Amino acid sequence: MSEIRISNAKKVYDGIPVIKDLSLAIPDGSLFTLLGPSGCGKTTLLRMIAGFNTIEGGDFYFGDTRINNMEPSRRNIGMVFQNYAIFPHLTVRGNVAFGLKQKKVSKEKLEEQTDKYLKLMQIDQFKDRKPDQLSGGQQQRIALARALAVNPEVLLMDEPLSNLDAKLRVSMRQAIREIQHEVGITTVYVTHDQEEAMAISDQIAVMNLGEIQQVGRPKELYHRPANEFVATFIGRTNIIPAKLVHENNVAVVIFEDGYKMTLTDLNMLEDQDVRVSIRPEEFVRSENGEIEATIMDNVYLGLNTEYVMETTFKKRIQVSEESTFTEDLGDGDKVRLSINKLKINVFNADGTKNLLEVS
Amino acid sequence: MKNERKKFNIWTGSSLLIFIVYLIFLVYPIVTILGQALFVEGRLSLGNFIDFFSKTYYFNTLFNSFKVSLTATIFALFLGTLLAYLFSMYQFKGKKYLQILIIVASMSAPFVGAYSWILLLGRNGVITKFLMNVLHFPQIEIYGFFGIVLVFTLQLFPLVFLYVTGAFKSIDSSILEAAESMGSQGIKRFLKVILPLLTPTLLAAALLVFMRAFSDFGTPMLIGEGYRTFPVLIYTEFISEVGGNAAFASALAIVAIIIALIIFLAQKYSANKFSFSMNSLHPVEPKKVGKIKQTFIYLFVYGSISLAILPQVYLTYTSFLKTSGMVFVPGYSLDSYRNAFSRMGSAIFNTIRIPLIALVIVIIFATIISYLTVRKKNVFTSMIDSLSMIPYIVPGTVLGIAFITAFNTGIGGTKFLALTGTVFIMVISFTIRRLPYTIRSSVASLQQISPSIEEAAESLGSSRLNTFMKITVPMMTAGIVSGAILSWITMISELSTSILLYNVRTRTMTVAIYTEVIRGNYGVAAALSTLLTAITVVSLLIFMKVTKSDTITL
Repeated sequence: MSEIRISNAKKVYDGIPVIKDLSLAIPDGSLFTLLGPSGCGKTTLLRMIAGFNTIEGGDFYFGDTRINNMEPSRRNIGMVFQNYAIFPHLTVRGNVAFGLKQKKVSKEKLEEQTDKYLKLMQIDQFKDRKPDQLSGGQQQRIALARALAVNPEVLLMDEPLSNLDAKLRVSMRQAIREIQHEVGITTVYVTHDQEEAMAISDQIAVMNLGEIQQVGRPKELYHRPANEFVATFIGRTNIIPAKLVHENNVAVVIFEDGYKMTLTDLNMLEDQDVRVSIRPEEFVRSENGEIEATIMDNVYLGLNTEYVMETTFKKRIQVSEESTFTEDLGDGDKVRLSINKLKINVFNADGTKNLLEVS
Repeated sequence: MKNERKKFNIWTGSSLLIFIVYLIFLVYPIVTILGQALFVEGRLSLGNFIDFFSKTYYFNTLFNSFKVSLTATIFALFLGTLLAYLFSMYQFKGKKYLQILIIVASMSAPFVGAYSWILLLGRNGVITKFLMNVLHFPQIEIYGFFGIVLVFTLQLFPLVFLYVTGAFKSIDSSILEAAESMGSQGIKRFLKVILPLLTPTLLAAALLVFMRAFSDFGTPMLIGEGYRTFPVLIYTEFISEVGGNAAFASALAIVAIIIALIIFLAQKYSANKFSFSMNSLHPVEPKKVGKIKQTFIYLFVYGSISLAILPQVYLTYTSFLKTSGMVFVPGYSLDSYRNAFSRMGSAIFNTIRIPLIALVIVIIFATIISYLTVRKKNVFTSMIDSLSMIPYIVPGTVLGIAFITAFNTGIGGTKFLALTGTVFIMVISFTIRRLPYTIRSSVASLQQISPSIEEAAESLGSSRLNTFMKITVPMMTAGIVSGAILSWITMISELSTSILLYNVRTRTMTVAIYTEVIRGNYGVAAALSTLLTAITVVSLLIFMKVTKSDTITL
């Protein structure tokens, strides 16, 4: 078990830099997720940590050991792959025992460790079967047992759940979280699914275009996204262009249609164009709301009802509210909304900075 | 920087070794005959080539070769595709056994078919006599163009069948259902939907079939009579009793190589144009058909397969006939087998021994080469890949001549590697010529294996070599084995190279059959052919047992 430190990492493919200068510290024993859209470099970074990608610059450390030039087989890692990468010609037990055999541990130790992880992953009843007779979820359990059985320093997981169906994904991610807590191993988890990342992680690094946008706990990312990319990538949000002005030394945000909202947290900032991020659930329907909106479409999702509404400051906004049995709003109905000011975010004109964090 | 220095490892070592082997045993022989063809009396000259192209007597052989090969290819494609279509689309009885018969028919040496057809339809053939004496038909002329095309077609359509049934398995039934839902059915659907989907496979099959027909030497030699094809010309010019002209034969060999290369590249170009990938979740299910259609299907399927297998069946029958000297006499006996074993025992032994040694080398080389070309792709390994494919298209006679010329007195006349007449040269020629089959199927199976499985092994602390031996090779086994069976069967039925390279000690069964047929010793030839077929069948059965599959894929 150890902390992973990456400083000034650089990766170049065919002369094109994919990761230019990336630094990151992953705390010992935590479940750390690299989250981002496809092509953002998250898998590239994971494979640099694993040793399957060459490192063109920077330093990678496991604890105090620099691992840049170490063969993957000597890094003492456990890795779980998107396509499971189960050895099809070995039995379930053979798969789990493979890494221990490479370490040439004693026979008793090998049996003991193998059995322990077969039991932990609840696959001991299949131990003598060939993997092709097992389901995707069971195969991923083998992969996890196999990776953990070697007692690795770090566990690396590359989109381990993306080949599973929705229900299984939810139960497997819970299983992964519990086992990670139990074993307490430093884990780097790669996914493009923000909901999965929120559910499983201690900390998340949101990546885009080879750069880390923000590192934080799931709650921080959702409520105080560092920039517009994070705000739109984590959950859904409405981005509304507006102007920040000061009236009597009090900061006021003015929407295009003239709707005003005082935000005293921004008092210290200069007047400028801004972009306001309001999540669908922060539009609250109320009798005396100041915003008039017309319902364009409504989707009933059980727990919530999602609306698309037209307002005078933006043609289409998303509004979400908890469903009630008696509620019956249809397309074309007019409603009044107010905004939960405490939970909104305001970004600068190009969306790269959260102004609420600056002040 | 540390990584850079470590580049010289087991893979660079083995690719260098393989490259050197190809340099010595493929590039050097071809360059040697090129030199022999181009230097007349020590001076650079195109005289040998001009000789060939200016005399219609020579040039016509090339024309003849194209004519028979093209005709046979078209017939074989038609028959093979139709048969595969019926097998894949409709239900009928005996499929499994028919499939085995088809494989057996496709795996026999072509000249054996030629010689059997002479016994059946030749001037004194059984069927000929029956037709003429009993039904008062006019004399049948099987020799020449007609005979060669007949033998090639019946020999080669099973190969097309094997190719196309493979392709049918990758067509998803929903594609056919989609076509049907849009009103495309029957012949129309076959032409507009199925045929285009099969095109890449048909092109690949066409290349194989054409090159087999084009480079086969035994069949036209036996059944061609006055109709001389190009490989026959090359062989006779080289070996001719009245002082063969080696330089002229070399020039012919070069012409053959160039033609083969042009056809190969043309095929590759057109195959690229038509290529696409398919994967089927729901393979096409054969369905039941009405009475009339069924009658037609049974007639066609059983009829064509019977024709394909008839030569071997008839040879097996004649092998049990009583002989007196060289003539068949009434009654049955095992004399032919007794003679075969007593006089040709060494040939039978050689047919097992030499290909077996070659097979071991084939398997080792193919495994390494396929790994290099798939996982360690670079300019150097691509070059090895291309080199390894050359013997796939170069006619065996040509390679045989190149080997004799190059290694008769050793490399550059230095006695070093003076291999003519040794077991070693036979092993090398078998290996080089039949490697492509195993390489291709190994490559195909390796491409199916996700690199992350190897990475998983490495992440678990396994070294690269250990990963290769414990993970990669075991997973490739199915591909290696199914290629190896093809290499093996084509080795034991090989004639065109061994007929040039053999001597008394290294004579194989096919060579023995050929020489016995030429001598008119039909009993022994039939017995040996039957034994060869038996070895083929046994090999196939072992293969099917081991791999638990009921067909082979090409």
